[in-house]
Amino acid sequence: MNRRYLTLLITAAVLVLLFACGGVWFNNFLRLRIIVNLLGDNAFLGITAIGMTFVIISGGIDLSVASVIAFTSIFIAQNVYDGMHPLLAMAMALVIGFLFGMTQGWIISYFALPPFLVTLAGMFFARGVGFIVNDISLAIKHPFYSETIRGLVIPLSGRIRLPVTAQCFLLFVIVGTFVLGYTRFGRYVYAIGSNEASARLMGVPVDRMKVWIYALSGFCAAAAGIVVTFYMQSGNSSSFVGLEMDAIAAAVIGGTLLTGGVGGVPGTLMGVLILGIIQTLITFHGNLNNWWAKIFIGALLFMFIAIQQLLSRRLATRAAG
Amino acid sequence: MRIVAIAVFWAILLALLYVLRRNRSVVFWPLLALSCLLLFNLFSTPQFYQLDWRDGHLYGVPIDIINHASKVGILALGMTLVIAVGGIDLSVGAVMAIAGAMMAYMTVQMNMPPWYCIAAALVAGVIAGMWNGFLVAIMGIPPMVATLILMVAGRGVAQLITDGQIIIFNNPTLTFIGNGFIVIPFPFILMLIMFALTWLLTKGTAVGFLIESVGDNEVAARRAGVNSCLVKFLVYVFCGFCAAIAGLVQTSNIRSADANNIGLNLELDAIMSVVIGGTAMTGGRFYLASSIIGALLIQALTTTMYAKDVSPVVAPVPKALVILAVCLLQSERVKRYLASRREAV
Amino acid sequence: MSSDPILTMHAIDKVFPGVQALKNVDFTLRHGQIHALMGENGAGKSTLIKVLTGVYPGDGGTIMMEGKKIAPTSPRDAEAHGISTVYQEVNLIPHLTVAENICLGREDRVCGVVRWSKVRERAHQALKRLDLKVGINVDKQLSDCSIAIQQMVAIARALDVDAKALILDEPTSSLDEAESDELFRIMRGLKEKGMGIVFVTHFLDQVYRVSDTITVLRNGELVGEFPAAELPRLALVSKMMGKELDEVKELEKRVAVTTASGRRTMVSARRLGRKGSLNPVDFDLKEGEILGLAGLLGSGRSETANLLFGVDTADSGRLEVDGKAVKIDSPARAVRLGFGMLTEDRKYSGIIPNLSIRDNIVLAMQAKLGPLRKIPPWKANEITDTFIKVLNIKTPSRDQLVKNLSGGNQQKVIIARWLAIHPRLLILDEPTRGIDVGARAEIEALIQKLRDEGMSILLISSEVDEVVRNSERVVVMRDREKIAELEGDALSEQHILQVIASQAKEETP
Repeated sequence: MNRRYLTLLITAAVLVLLFACGGVWFNNFLRLRIIVNLLGDNAFLGITAIGMTFVIISGGIDLSVASVIAFTSIFIAQNVYDGMHPLLAMAMALVIGFLFGMTQGWIISYFALPPFLVTLAGMFFARGVGFIVNDISLAIKHPFYSETIRGLVIPLSGRIRLPVTAQCFLLFVIVGTFVLGYTRFGRYVYAIGSNEASARLMGVPVDRMKVWIYALSGFCAAAAGIVVTFYMQSGNSSSFVGLEMDAIAAAVIGGTLLTGGVGGVPGTLMGVLILGIIQTLITFHGNLNNWWAKIFIGALLFMFIAIQQLLSRRLATRAAG
Repeated sequence: MRIVAIAVFWAILLALLYVLRRNRSVVFWPLLALSCLLLFNLFSTPQFYQLDWRDGHLYGVPIDIINHASKVGILALGMTLVIAVGGIDLSVGAVMAIAGAMMAYMTVQMNMPPWYCIAAALVAGVIAGMWNGFLVAIMGIPPMVATLILMVAGRGVAQLITDGQIIIFNNPTLTFIGNGFIVIPFPFILMLIMFALTWLLTKGTAVGFLIESVGDNEVAARRAGVNSCLVKFLVYVFCGFCAAIAGLVQTSNIRSADANNIGLNLELDAIMSVVIGGTAMTGGRFYLASSIIGALLIQALTTTMYAKDVSPVVAPVPKALVILAVCLLQSERVKRYLASRREAV
Repeated sequence: MSSDPILTMHAIDKVFPGVQALKNVDFTLRHGQIHALMGENGAGKSTLIKVLTGVYPGDGGTIMMEGKKIAPTSPRDAEAHGISTVYQEVNLIPHLTVAENICLGREDRVCGVVRWSKVRERAHQALKRLDLKVGINVDKQLSDCSIAIQQMVAIARALDVDAKALILDEPTSSLDEAESDELFRIMRGLKEKGMGIVFVTHFLDQVYRVSDTITVLRNGELVGEFPAAELPRLALVSKMMGKELDEVKELEKRVAVTTASGRRTMVSARRLGRKGSLNPVDFDLKEGEILGLAGLLGSGRSETANLLFGVDTADSGRLEVDGKAVKIDSPARAVRLGFGMLTEDRKYSGIIPNLSIRDNIVLAMQAKLGPLRKIPPWKANEITDTFIKVLNIKTPSRDQLVKNLSGGNQQKVIIARWLAIHPRLLILDEPTRGIDVGARAEIEALIQKLRDEGMSILLISSEVDEVVRNSERVVVMRDREKIAELEGDALSEQHILQVIASQAKEETP
């Protein structure tokens, strides 16, 4: 049994178990609609978590993503309000997110600073700049939003249709899986996170790659911000405080090792779905409270971290013996 | 009269700076930054230096600053020790919420006398710290990962205690913690007490010395017979204790336990205070007084912006620049560059 | 054996702050040659390799590759010139698969898309070139493979580029006998194909089994290049240790040989061992005795000390202190038993660099007292001042940070740390490494003085003369085993060299 798939299997088992619980407790739970809603409602978290997965696999962390999402949403809302076409605003937002991430990556690699502190600064910075753009919640009123985007649905069966947010999420999952699995860049991400010194000796351009990795995370966060505007039809600079931790939690539950070198996009997809389904279960239950979600997520985090710790310890003793 | 007071204050401040510089103290740099900020306000926002005496209390902008900085200062004390052993504690904000919820629950739902409530809150903080310490020191999980668990789950636990409600209380003893005055605000006095306590615990015993040796070179410390696991464990427990006290201050201040918002993002402010204070994220030497000044600096910065009518929402930007500047000053590359410049001159 | 050189290094110099690591070193590697590079710690082997592969820039001299002058700037650059290296601590990515490791950075791609089938095929080919007996699953995660397999993978990766010169830096240090044999078979196979191999090692037997030529370095200088067949083992050992054979004479021993009968045994180890690092050993250490541990690097001398001090935990055998069985599982436990240990690597496990001399000296004492009973500053100062005077530590003040001291003074500070707790047994692992002559003499004199005061000392050193001069009894080790125990008249430098150089293990009793 390849160890790489062991944690993924556990994640999958947890996901199936949660679905099964839902099916047993509520008779209208195991429906296609629930899955479609799960994908649509958690799309922005998922897209952020995919960027975060790259960063964490490379051994880093990006605390700025939630602020970048908030910034992007208000940036688009403000520009559309000022008369710009939404598509142009979106393109600009993506470029800004990309450049913002790139700058963070450059500071981290050039000055050899801890990613935690640099992206913490980035988090405050993006949040503040978002507020400067506008500090109120701004509705987006544009035919592109009210008609085009709403119309972009894929009919699945009957009246169930896959919304554009879910489509974006699935697109990112596919592209992310591909980039991580089938490009040289993907291998470099793993190599840097697994053993940076070795990677350097093996000729991996570590510093340059780090710039790209954080740029990718910034790009994903900006894309998540765009998806948020689809979902909420508005922009808000004070929203999603603390979302970075959810993204990290999704990645960890999905089998990504916070110390780097292990993980993958499919795992993160499952991690996001697990977080989403816990919410859904609690909503369905009615009597269960929201805090159980937090406690349950904490327990899941502990479980996965403990499993990985035990696995890596066993591995260490094997290598020594 | 006011002019004389300000002059005396500045004379003391400058003398202090001079002495610190002479002794090559680490406290010099954050205090210099704070002084620059105060100097700026001396000319541009005179109300910054306004102190009023009413009903036996002091009021004014400086009092507000020290009052508001207190809870972050208390957090920063525990965080300093955690960072000194090369760790980090992301859960302090959530632990604050747990402690606040505990206190409110005990007084409102259980009708306990106030001292029991305070004790229960502190015990909750210590237990939270023990959990973190267990994961880091005994299980060997990297600190950022280990404390993330409680950061996520802790707020849930706090809501579980309050049953999702915002519990409002008005016991005079409990509200005194966050709102009381003994000439100056009680939270500030509490911070000074905690500072003295931490100082005595670390410098009065050998604990601080062992913390620094473990943080600077854990392998060597262990080979010299230091029980590094125990040192790390205790440090996280103490950090949980500090977080509980900070939680009491904030909960008491708003007279209600709001599990969603108490301590929200304060872990980041605490980490920032420590880093600004000159304690390196890699561990080793630590500077308690300097961390407190870091907390004061952050609050003074925020207050300055309020006073300058800068929209409060922009506040995060200068914060970001301060962190970045401090990080860059600690970077080897910049240090080397500055050293070469100094040689060239 | 063809004789045209692939690689020539001429008059290489390398200076680190305060140390001349390489002085005017020449080295030549020819086609179809396995060239052993030998020397004790600090001889300059690793530095020479790192200059050659562009990890460090050289400070002088020329490197010629097949007649062209080159100046590698990075390992990748060196690879482009045909120089591939397998570093000592296998430098691969533990979380990637075998195939991914072999091809990292040179995956076959079509329009940027990695073709994994091609990559796997290529990894197969690369491994096949090694002509391995065991099959290696290229899809296995590297960290799930044994160290030996990882070594093979590293070599396969090195050969996947068009390598003409292959450098193996201590490749066998974590391999067992059979695994080493397999490696040697591969090395011979590559040699047949005309490749030049630089083999850095400290295992004597292995050198003679595969090498054609031996170059010996000592203290950054070239001792000489010799055909393996013409260099007797004894001569090699003495060259590595810096002794000409005819120079090895009876040293006047400082230690008066005292009768052991009157002294109690303090520590006795029976079949003490740890899988993978030390085969079971027996030894006794008496009160007020200096026991020497002699042997080459990697012979098990430091490993023995680590087991005794709880740095590693023994997984077999029995250890008695004062006749009572003890289990030492941490240094703290060893300290409570009255042990102290000066570790081999001062920087990694000795000094606390950013703390003062005083703090470094009282650390062990404080650890023993526990965190609550702080040594009062006046007492710490008094202790520190005493040791600064007694050990002649050169420093402007006791508050100086230890990282600012010279190596010799740092060493004295750590010795002071242990003397402060009056240990019954002091383990000294390479007490004089990287220390100037004056300080060395002082430390040796101190060792004698401590013994006269009744302290037991376990002395480990790669300087044989140092061990002989100071010890009453010497345990000689080789290949992670004890091979002899010398005492009285049998204890001489020449005898130790002969024992170490003696042929394969079967021959020793």
